[in-house]
Amino acid sequence: MTVPFGHALILASMLFALGLTCVLARRQIIMILIGVEIMLNAASLVFVAASAYWRQADGQVFVILLMAITAAEVAVALAMVVYLWRRKRTLVADAFNEMGR
Amino acid sequence: MTTALFYILGLIMLSATLLCITRRNPVHAVIYMVLALFALALEFYLLGAPLVAAWEVIVYAGAIMVLFLFIIMMLGLAPQETPEGPGWRRWLPLALLSASLIACTLLLIMQDPAAGKPIGEFYLMPQQLGEALFGRYALAVELASFQLLFASIGAYMLGRPLSEKGPKDGLKEDKE
Repeated sequence: MTVPFGHALILASMLFALGLTCVLARRQIIMILIGVEIMLNAASLVFVAASAYWRQADGQVFVILLMAITAAEVAVALAMVVYLWRRKRTLVADAFNEMGR
Repeated sequence: MTTALFYILGLIMLSATLLCITRRNPVHAVIYMVLALFALALEFYLLGAPLVAAWEVIVYAGAIMVLFLFIIMMLGLAPQETPEGPGWRRWLPLALLSASLIACTLLLIMQDPAAGKPIGEFYLMPQQLGEALFGRYALAVELASFQLLFASIGAYMLGRPLSEKGPKDGLKEDKE
């Protein structure tokens, strides 16, 4: 493939910036989690591009491990979403601004 | 041909992600996210990672996004739960900050001498990936499996009904 390595990095950084914007701008907790997912995907794109550039398998191994970690993170985070919904009947992040009860 | 495909898929991915983060309805956002993940999986395939591309579709688009969709539908967030969507006044400073972040990253990437070099042909057979994964990185695989176990236990603990031993009801029982 004749694509320069920098272009893959630029694509990943744009994806990461979009995810960061989503995390910072949205108020709903589910959308914040989707922004985190977008940022993790940008990181895995960098890993795969570097793996192709240096012709090593290590980058792709890290992406597989990243997927496992993301699955664990999503399981706990969505359980927390259900917990927060049960407590306050809302998922707007501004509603959860007190510590304790 | 693959070069053109790389840019087309990148464009699809970025526009689907942009639509995803601006949707008010979370169900639409998840659907656009699935579209972006399909494009990303094809990018992985173009970059010589066929097994990772397949797992991206199966694990991300197939399992994680469906879990999101399941939670959204279980909580009934779909139709109206977007009280006041973020207006442009909320998005403008963040868009400026993100744009400046991208600009700084672009400058850094352009300075790198490796950035201009082509990626080159690369295709990693799943067999080689498996040998690396279960050979050199076997310990990391074990740690990831531990982490999945802990996460499932944690999700179970968080998902118990509140009345059983919730923060409020637990206190009431103590007083009584």
